Amino acid sequence: MDLIFDGIRHAIVLLVTLDRETWGITFLSLQISGAATLVSLLIGMGAGTALALADFRGKRLLVSIINTGMGLPPVVVGLFVTIMLWRNGPLGFLEMLYTPGAIILAQSVIATPIVAGITVAAIQNLPRNLRLQILALGATRLQMLWLLMREARLPLLAAVMAGFGGVISEVGASIMVGGNIKGYTRVLTTATVMETGMGNFDIAIALGIILLGLTFAVNYVLTLVQQHDRPR
Amino acid sequence: MKRCMCITFAVIAGLCLAVAVPRSQAAETKNIILATTTSTQDSGLLDALLPVFQKQTGYFVKTIAVGSGQAMAMGARGEADVLLAHSPADEKKFMDEGNGSRRQLVMHNDFIIIGPSDDPAGVKAAKDAPEAFKLIAGKSALFISRGDNSGTHAKEKKIWESAGVKPDGQGWYQQTGLGMGQTLAVAAEKKGYTLADRGTWLSQQKNLGLPIVCQGDTSLLNVYHVIEVSPQKWPRVNAAGAKAFAEFMVAPATQKLIGAFGVEKFGAALFTPDAGKSLESLGK
Repeated sequence: MDLIFDGIRHAIVLLVTLDRETWGITFLSLQISGAATLVSLLIGMGAGTALALADFRGKRLLVSIINTGMGLPPVVVGLFVTIMLWRNGPLGFLEMLYTPGAIILAQSVIATPIVAGITVAAIQNLPRNLRLQILALGATRLQMLWLLMREARLPLLAAVMAGFGGVISEVGASIMVGGNIKGYTRVLTTATVMETGMGNFDIAIALGIILLGLTFAVNYVLTLVQQHDRPR
Repeated sequence: MKRCMCITFAVIAGLCLAVAVPRSQAAETKNIILATTTSTQDSGLLDALLPVFQKQTGYFVKTIAVGSGQAMAMGARGEADVLLAHSPADEKKFMDEGNGSRRQLVMHNDFIIIGPSDDPAGVKAAKDAPEAFKLIAGKSALFISRGDNSGTHAKEKKIWESAGVKPDGQGWYQQTGLGMGQTLAVAAEKKGYTLADRGTWLSQQKNLGLPIVCQGDTSLLNVYHVIEVSPQKWPRVNAAGAKAFAEFMVAPATQKLIGAFGVEKFGAALFTPDAGKSLESLGK
């Protein structure tokens, strides 16, 4: 129990004294996972909306596949991305393995199905006639999409939070494709694993607390946006 | 609604910035991938050496800390430029297969057998490591193994072999599949015996409460070599960088740093520098 209090004290000390390494790691985590979330939003929301509105054979199968992808194990993603990015692998010419870009790529793969899955559910949950009504009022297709997404913004922001939460807390893929390189690809989760391995439990706890704080801050901002003009 | 849009745009703009920044850092060209055992990182040695190397040569070292087995597997696929390993038998095989262009002795420390302070298997009476293992097996005392193909695991398997004991599948023999630091923590928690490198044990001793029960036997030597991965076999390997790193590790100034590492913090040196010595002369 003392260890946890030590950890909390340590976390505060690290943050208040503006410890450069800790801030660097924290900022890098935010950058990498933020970027990955953004990529997954572009792909996931686009694909999810298209899928929700389209009607074709095999749609149920595709949605099931995406929903399965929501539970994609990060280590498996990490393994496949590593193999793809190997110097002598199919994408080796990019020389991307063990860079922040590689982590963004792996985390995007993890977050995209989460965002897409929730988007499909969110758009499908809108009243069926809404689309017809919007079109009947003379909206273009693009305007219709915008209105539908606005109507579904509560669950869509939940998709953002779920995607971000999924990747900021993920360690398996980050350590495999990033390599936990000091000052370069070391993020909060991989640093926590390493400090635990080194027996520095107080620092590990401190990093864990900083991670929680960061996730809370991001989610708080998103929640403010989400609840801002919630239909009452 | 307007404020909501503003916040949304601010968040998106921030994220765009976030994508741009790591990219510019990734523009490094002078990169070396160093695949190494966990013990060099967990003991803190690399954190002490790498900044010096990076300052001297301008190379950026990407350290991938894995078990010796995985480090060599990476080298054998040309996915690493230089290796720091402590699994001599596997390293010989690695060199024989033409995967490495040069292998040099860097340093050694030793393995120790550690266990619960009341020593239920009476290992302290053993005169060497195989006898210690026999005692543990005879009493069916809990033994925690790395089980991860690391150099430490390879050494452990060798000792079981010379003890004539087949521990696999026994109830008292548990494999963690984790690095040395975490395996030590498991052993401490479960009050088991384990084989550890002295460096990692010294650096974590404060949390463990597992004293040394057997040490000093020459079969417990833990020898580290630096291996340059063959650029003939893998043209994409950064041969110049690997050479610079290998030469840095055996340079007199670095060797002095290695010899002094840990004295201040743990009261004892964690490694003995050995560059230029022959393998046979160690531990005598």
